[in-house]
Amino acid sequence: MNVIVCLKQVPGTAQVKIDPETNTLIREGIENVINPFDTYALEEGVRLKERFGGKVTAMSMGPPQAEGALREAVSLGADEAILLSDKAFAGADTWATAYTLASAVNKLGQYDIIICGRQTLDGDTGQVGPELSEMLEVPFVAYVSRIEEIADGQMRVQRMVEEGHEVIEAPLPTVITVVKEINVPRLPSLRGIVKSKSAVIPVWTVPDLGVDQSRVGLAGSFTKVIKVFFPQRVCQGEIFQGELGNQVECLMGKLKDAGLV
Amino acid sequence: MEYFLTEEQKTIKSLARRIAEERILPVRAELDETEEFPWAIMKDLADADMFRVFVPEEYEGLGGGCLELCLVVEELSRVCSAIATCYAVNALGSFTLIDYGTEEQRRKYLPDIAGGKKLTAFAVTEPTAGSDVSAIKTTAEKVEGGYVLNGTKQFITNGGEAEIYTVIALTDKARGVRGASAILVEKDTPGFSFGKKEKKMGIRASATRELIFRNCFVPEENLIAKPGMGFLLAMKLFDHSRPGIGAQAVGIAQGALEVAVDYTRQRIQFGQPLISLPVVQDILGEMATQVEAARALVYAAARMVDSGAKKVTEESAMAKVFASDVAMKVTTDAVQICGGTGYMRDFPLEKMMRDAKITQIYEGSNQILRNAIAIELRKRKARTE
Ligand SMILES: Cc1cc2nc3c(=O)[nH]c(=O)nc-3n(C[C@H](O)[C@H](O)[C@H](O)COP(=O)(O)OP(=O)(O)OC[C@H]3O[C@@H](n4cnc5c(N)ncnc54)[C@H](O)[C@@H]3O)c2cc1C
Repeated sequence: MNVIVCLKQVPGTAQVKIDPETNTLIREGIENVINPFDTYALEEGVRLKERFGGKVTAMSMGPPQAEGALREAVSLGADEAILLSDKAFAGADTWATAYTLASAVNKLGQYDIIICGRQTLDGDTGQVGPELSEMLEVPFVAYVSRIEEIADGQMRVQRMVEEGHEVIEAPLPTVITVVKEINVPRLPSLRGIVKSKSAVIPVWTVPDLGVDQSRVGLAGSFTKVIKVFFPQRVCQGEIFQGELGNQVECLMGKLKDAGLV
Repeated sequence: MEYFLTEEQKTIKSLARRIAEERILPVRAELDETEEFPWAIMKDLADADMFRVFVPEEYEGLGGGCLELCLVVEELSRVCSAIATCYAVNALGSFTLIDYGTEEQRRKYLPDIAGGKKLTAFAVTEPTAGSDVSAIKTTAEKVEGGYVLNGTKQFITNGGEAEIYTVIALTDKARGVRGASAILVEKDTPGFSFGKKEKKMGIRASATRELIFRNCFVPEENLIAKPGMGFLLAMKLFDHSRPGIGAQAVGIAQGALEVAVDYTRQRIQFGQPLISLPVVQDILGEMATQVEAARALVYAAARMVDSGAKKVTEESAMAKVFASDVAMKVTTDAVQICGGTGYMRDFPLEKMMRDAKITQIYEGSNQILRNAIAIELRKRKARTE
């Protein structure tokens, strides 16, 4: 079982600030982590390897420091890691990102399953996984919460939908995105950390992938971020405190004043 | 304080802290209530290679020593010293095997210990032999091909949960302590059973049980070192393990200090946070100083053990005595400055105070150890005269 896990390095907190001038995230002074949703993808990949043998390759497109996320992936059980990094990749939207990842997957060659997180913490689009499958022309299942069985080149998975679960079968190779319900990611091990420190992580650039410059990064992006902002809070909530009876009285008073009851 | 730890030691310490905060913190109060053995956490510790820390590399360990062990125990104890006990006692149950076992014995047991697949325990205490270890009555009679054990061990940590037990028993009753030997006994050996599980004041998630031997046969190859060396091996073992109890105490005290600082910053009385009151500041300043002094002594003793020094009885006793007294004092003061809240069971301090007490009692009570330190002082003076 050859598993590829696509993961992204993101700022380690949901409270990042936005630079009002450039409309981009202020990343200075903030610790970077593996996108939390991707940690479930990695864990599931490592578990598949433990169940069926084979290997797990972690792949990330990002600036040179994204190597840190890949080292962490090795400490958590990935056998190999590849960083896709080139100035030309910068500013990629989901389409250009998926194109770059797909090119790297094709360069790697043989694989059985590609696992991505359901979305990133910073971009929040959830599009890279499905776009990747389109470009690779393989099946895709989103929001997988359980891998039930893999046998005879087929996999059966449960996927979370609003009303409950769907059970889906797909031939391998397949791309899936996973939800956090799928597992509890392990912590790194001491031996894993030692291994990750000396792991050789190749960096693949535009020439390595043999891709067309105009299809990657900002140049290859169909969408453009014009503005990022916090929604204005238009009305304030109010919390009543004290005895329950008093709270109910206060609430009724307010509702009456507002002419709602 | 900067202790100039190596990169590897820093990695061990920070991973142990992560496990403590992410896995242990959410369950510590519940485990204290239910007194259940923390198997899930033992698995987390095993997966993270924490049991490899104190095992030599040749046997699938990471080749660390007393200091590495202390770093893990301190970090776990900062959050829950009951769970730290379940972990730390594996070193107590392995050191004799590591230091004096034959190649076959080590090959047979250490890889499973390193992988956390099998827990260990060490048993010397008996109903009639507490501080006076020489009063043990459990016998291991020599028979064709091995030994037959009879007797009862008391207050054995990890008893019933561990797979591998190092037991001190008399192979030659006539010779008293010189007739004691260290023998490995595996769980499920016929004639080996467990008595009641103790209900304790603190470290309640750890298991403390009686070991009962009734005509329990173990093969010859389970003897560690030579017959008659058991008492000496036990004393050497404690010299090496006591800094670990010191580390447990430092961890508890550190945890209590942090809780006290957080609480006294938030708690407003007389229009200001408690931490602004000079009396409270005085207590906190003293607590912090004591904790750091204890840590420095524990690390220094652990490093001395790791240096291979021949005699570390005094130093390791000092580390254990000082740190455990600090833990008791710091947790008591922490409860005091947090007032009624500190006394409540849904606040972590009362557990820390209950947990601290044992560190003054086991692996040699502090009175016995002060005694041992004084004996060394006297011997040294006598040698120079
Ligand atoms: C939770 C727990 C876990 C334990 N785990 C283990 C274990 O895993 N393996 C194991 O073998 N043992 C274990 N023990 C036993 C422990 O080491 C003993 O309880 C300890 O050595 C003290 O012995 P005692 O309880 O019999 O006290 P006693 O010997 O009866 O002493 C009672 C008090 O008298 C004082 N005292 C006694 N003699 C002297 C003296 N000569 N001079 C000055 N003061 C003295 C002591 O300081 C002590 O405070 C454990 C005990 C507990 C409570």
